[in-house]
Amino acid sequence: MASFLNALPGAVTQGLIWGIMAIGLFITYKLLDLSDLTVDGSFCTGGAVCVMMMAAGFNVWIALLAAVAAGMLAGLVTGFFHTKCGIPAILAGILTQLGLWSVNLAIMDMKANQPLNVNKYNVVLSIRYLEEVQYGLRPIWEHPALTVVLFTAVIIAILYWFFGTELGASIRATGANSKMARAQGINTNFNKVLGLAISNGLVALSGALLSQYQGFAEINMGRGAIVIGLASIIIGEVTFGKLFRNFGLRLLAVSLGAVIYYIVIQLVISLLEINTNYLKLISALIVAVFLAVPFWRKRYLPKKKKEGQHA
Amino acid sequence: MLDIQNVFKTFNAGTVNEKVALKGLNLHLNEGDFVTVIGGNGAGKSTMLNCVAGVYPVEEGTISIGGVDVTGMPEHKRAQFIGRVFQDPMMGTAATMQIEENLALAARRGKSRFLRSGITKEEREVYREELKILGLGLEDRMTAKVGLLSGGQRQALTLLMATLQKPQLLLLDEHTAALDPKTAAKVLEVTQKIVEQDHLTTLMITHNMRDAIAYGNRLVMMYDGHVVVDVSGEEKKNLTVEQLLNLFSRASGSDEVNDKLLLA
Repeated sequence: MASFLNALPGAVTQGLIWGIMAIGLFITYKLLDLSDLTVDGSFCTGGAVCVMMMAAGFNVWIALLAAVAAGMLAGLVTGFFHTKCGIPAILAGILTQLGLWSVNLAIMDMKANQPLNVNKYNVVLSIRYLEEVQYGLRPIWEHPALTVVLFTAVIIAILYWFFGTELGASIRATGANSKMARAQGINTNFNKVLGLAISNGLVALSGALLSQYQGFAEINMGRGAIVIGLASIIIGEVTFGKLFRNFGLRLLAVSLGAVIYYIVIQLVISLLEINTNYLKLISALIVAVFLAVPFWRKRYLPKKKKEGQHA
Repeated sequence: MLDIQNVFKTFNAGTVNEKVALKGLNLHLNEGDFVTVIGGNGAGKSTMLNCVAGVYPVEEGTISIGGVDVTGMPEHKRAQFIGRVFQDPMMGTAATMQIEENLALAARRGKSRFLRSGITKEEREVYREELKILGLGLEDRMTAKVGLLSGGQRQALTLLMATLQKPQLLLLDEHTAALDPKTAAKVLEVTQKIVEQDHLTTLMITHNMRDAIAYGNRLVMMYDGHVVVDVSGEEKKNLTVEQLLNLFSRASGSDEVNDKLLLA
């Protein structure tokens, strides 16, 4: 239990970072009703671009912006495959993801791993700050979790505003009923591409933050991102769905879903002392359970109201 | 207002399921015409509407609205001229969005959408007044999700959305067919009210011959991908269902289709 409590701040921080990725996925999966598998690749793209830019001497904020731009470009490519080439969204995402593997390696100078030395570069957050805050070497407001909370808050605020605008509302309409959207003069193809770009921009930002946090970018860092993202969305919905109806709160629920996910993973690792190589298997099982619960509930636990009516 | 000239449309071309839905269709609507369209299953009524709306591209012929050739124009661009209500009540509205959000989307039909607010305070007041016209009490539930409404309510809302921005052409694709008789009558009544009030040029497909005779100033009957009967003015007013059936069997050259048309 002590090891779990020690690891908790790290797990929360990781969860918050991945939560930004999950918010990106929320835009395609929930708002546009598209399953976008680009994210497994664009997450790493974000990390790779950020690390290489910083290594090349660019300011951390410029590196983050470049990472977002690179992610948006990846989303654009998937959108192009989907809307202009008629490839089903899920396959279009897989194609981009596959292609990105080579692109990401090329960005990282053909190396599978590129380090980012915290002592040499001015990063916005690092795993090292966790301990330094704990031992009083750093002020509390430089705690990595707090930094990511700030990022998340700004992102949620911007998205809340954007999806309330004419353009944002038309993107929501595209996902809710594309036939109706076209009848109301909405260019649904353009909106899908735009949504994919925004989504992957956020995914890349999340990857960039993670690479700074852990101090390196690595070719496999995005593997399974889609699963973590879906898990966060579903856990958030199952846990807070009844409470959080407002759009901003729904985004918050996604972020909190990611945090819960990482706490659960940490709990499993600490308490069962499982070899971390089994993490992917555990992740897949956790997601499967969370996906199955609403289905089972519907199937095996009939609603009480209806029973009352029959009686 | 609407000019359909020699339009051909084939589905599943080159396969065993090939179906020529429109065979040289010609139809011209004058400004302010309220045309009802009848015909059996597979006559090409819905295909005609979808071709006009831009859902399907046509193989041959031209379609123009208000003098503008729209034949090659994509669906979302054509929407600036056209208001549409579909047969399926679920089709015309976004279920997961609020009533007022749906109206705000419709109010921006044909306009560019940027980063202005998706719905303003003044708009809400306008929508409240417009919703009162429907007489369904929706003006008190403006922030309710459309998915909570009944089929009839959704269809009435879709009708309001189609006409919120006065369209040059209103297309109604059997928009009361999926409703119970009472609701259907109510929606038709609202349709009549809105069309008359805004002098909308309207194409209304219906399976109900009585409705086809009772509404509009002109009646068109389709058979096998083109128009076979076209009556208007006094002649249409005095039509009976029986006469209509006779007209149809003469035009299609067969008696047996009577049943087909009636039962369709």
